[in-house]
Amino acid sequence: MGKGTSISVHHVTRVEGHGNIVVDLRDGTLQRCELQIVESPRFFEALLKDRPHDEAPRITCRICGICSVGHATASIQAVEAALGIVPGPKTRTLRRLNMCGEWLQSHVLHAYFLVAPDLFQAPSVIPLASSHPEIVKRALRLKALANEICYAIGGRHVMPISYLPGTMGHWPPPATLETLRARLLAARPDVEATVELFATIEWPAFEQEIEALAALEEDGSYPMMGGPIHSSRGPVFAPGAYREASAEHLVEHSAAKHTRGANGPVRVGALARYQLAHERLGPAAKKAAAALKLSPASRNPFHTTPAQVVESVQAWDEAITLCERLLADPAPEERAPVTRPRGGVGVGLAEVPRGTLIHDYEVGSDGRIVRANCVIPTGQNLAAIEADMRAFVPGLVGKPREQITRLMEMLVRAYDPCISCAVHLLDVSFVGDERHDTAGGAGAPTPDGP
Amino acid sequence: MANPSPAPAPQALPKAAFFSFASCEGCQLQVLSIEDQLLTLLGAVEIVNFREAIDDRRDDYDIAFIEGSLVRPEDIEEIQQIRKRARILIAIGACACLGGVNAIRNKRTPAQLAREVYDGRQDGVFKTLSDASPVRSVVQVDYELRGCPIDRDELLETLRSLLAGTVPYVPPFAVCVQCTMRGTPCMLERGLPCVGSVARAGCEAICPAFGAPCEACRGVHDSPNFEALGEAFFRHGLPRYVAAEKLQLFNNYKEIREPWEKALPSPSIT
Repeated sequence: MGKGTSISVHHVTRVEGHGNIVVDLRDGTLQRCELQIVESPRFFEALLKDRPHDEAPRITCRICGICSVGHATASIQAVEAALGIVPGPKTRTLRRLNMCGEWLQSHVLHAYFLVAPDLFQAPSVIPLASSHPEIVKRALRLKALANEICYAIGGRHVMPISYLPGTMGHWPPPATLETLRARLLAARPDVEATVELFATIEWPAFEQEIEALAALEEDGSYPMMGGPIHSSRGPVFAPGAYREASAEHLVEHSAAKHTRGANGPVRVGALARYQLAHERLGPAAKKAAAALKLSPASRNPFHTTPAQVVESVQAWDEAITLCERLLADPAPEERAPVTRPRGGVGVGLAEVPRGTLIHDYEVGSDGRIVRANCVIPTGQNLAAIEADMRAFVPGLVGKPREQITRLMEMLVRAYDPCISCAVHLLDVSFVGDERHDTAGGAGAPTPDGP
Repeated sequence: MANPSPAPAPQALPKAAFFSFASCEGCQLQVLSIEDQLLTLLGAVEIVNFREAIDDRRDDYDIAFIEGSLVRPEDIEEIQQIRKRARILIAIGACACLGGVNAIRNKRTPAQLAREVYDGRQDGVFKTLSDASPVRSVVQVDYELRGCPIDRDELLETLRSLLAGTVPYVPPFAVCVQCTMRGTPCMLERGLPCVGSVARAGCEAICPAFGAPCEACRGVHDSPNFEALGEAFFRHGLPRYVAAEKLQLFNNYKEIREPWEKALPSPSIT
């Protein structure tokens, strides 16, 4: 790598949404290192204003296709908190089962379709289909299974329909649950083969201590449906105090708001959850973690992928248990009543595949949404990604530029950023320039800087 | 919807490219979710541009799939470039076909939006067009795959039609027809604000079957009667303007809004 080098990757591929990486090294000093978010603005919080509260999960699930169940979950929980609705246990079980489906499909998609090509030095999963057909077919089977769960509960693979305040709009018949359970059980070899595959991979060595956050459920289950926000530095924040844990602010080069914790960047997602809640995993997932040699002490962002594999096992295992619980008593549950008809403020949290998702609404006495705020996992991770990039780049000086570019893309991709989600509300103009001058697209470095 | 004469049967594998504008990328995800047929599909078309899944990007393609609404000045240039290169251009999903949820904001000014999302601060310079627009407002669209999200079977059917040189079928009738066929009890009769009687079918009336009223994510059918929709709302104890509020959700782009805006009282939401 020369004396002055700038690397610019225009529209990082194999991430959800549009982002650019900019690295500017001069005389061995890192001048600039950014993940620019250039997704189009969509203004979701403004779109929610004045809308009837029951529409909120259906509108916000359209923030992001890949995270639509997570958005619907956080959204319905915010609505229910605002109106004083406490849904019954069967409603909660159905919603958790749907989240298992989304975790499995999102983690499998990321690990197999977006990360695995790097590990086989392929530009995408498509050439893998001919070079490693068994791997691709297995990934597709697992994704199909995950989609089957979402289909049974939400009505379709993305944009779930059935999230109503206090209940679910559809109760899967026992026959559907039975089929689902049988298919889940039959997937054991695929789940085990996934763990074996990712256990063979040597991840780039890199560690950085960054404050980890996750919303841990009070009943001791593995974090998925929200609860108080726990920090690796010790403090615990009530959902309503989320701003103290993770405060949003604007940065120049990103159309997504960043957030920062009390002590700087924060990390959310599979690795943070594993760090904070690994003891809550079931036996199958614990066994997978051992096979993957994933330590709760790991601070290596590249370990997000093995953590996602562990969580895939957890989601698969839990889905079986949840199907069985529903099968034992499949009758629809009565709708839980509104106890605060005048409305108020409600905060709904969910641990979605990429981390802690927060929906914060105020519902008026007419049942309409007065104000909405959504804090997105990727927005929370952006500062951590940049902090990791800054720490990672100096160690790469001297390597060929193509390799640096590839490793930087891998680092960004490791976080599984969801840029559609992160840019749910605003666009900021760029003062920068070089994002326009890369003609070659991903992996094509710009000419040496001055 | 404009359906030109079908493409001649191709010799080499036709090259398909996917492009994403303002959207949730959920329609691309629907493409990835055709698990059982994805590998077969890859034997019938060559995908040359699919940023969500592929590193390589090329600009020689026959079929361009467009997801998302046009919201920035540069989107207009880009879609015109794509139109020049593509032999067949297919808009997929509510955002690309109708403006979709992105267009809910179309009656608000950029300044209003800035106030709402910035709490009064104006740090950002918006590069946003005043309207989030469907693709066909800027370039000619050959086919539209409706729905939020698109239906994967419909996508496969459209590809099959194109490869076979026939015109894909688009149901011209109301969602109510498919609700009736499914045996779902009428939402409106249960007092829920459902616009299925003006909405284009093709979705198998999935929303009412899963507990939510139809919100017309596929746009309206060939002969919608908006006055009758307002009357039906009123008869079932719902104000007529609520029908307009429902149509705002996916059908708020100016040319699409115009017919229902004339027939129904103004929504209370801007």
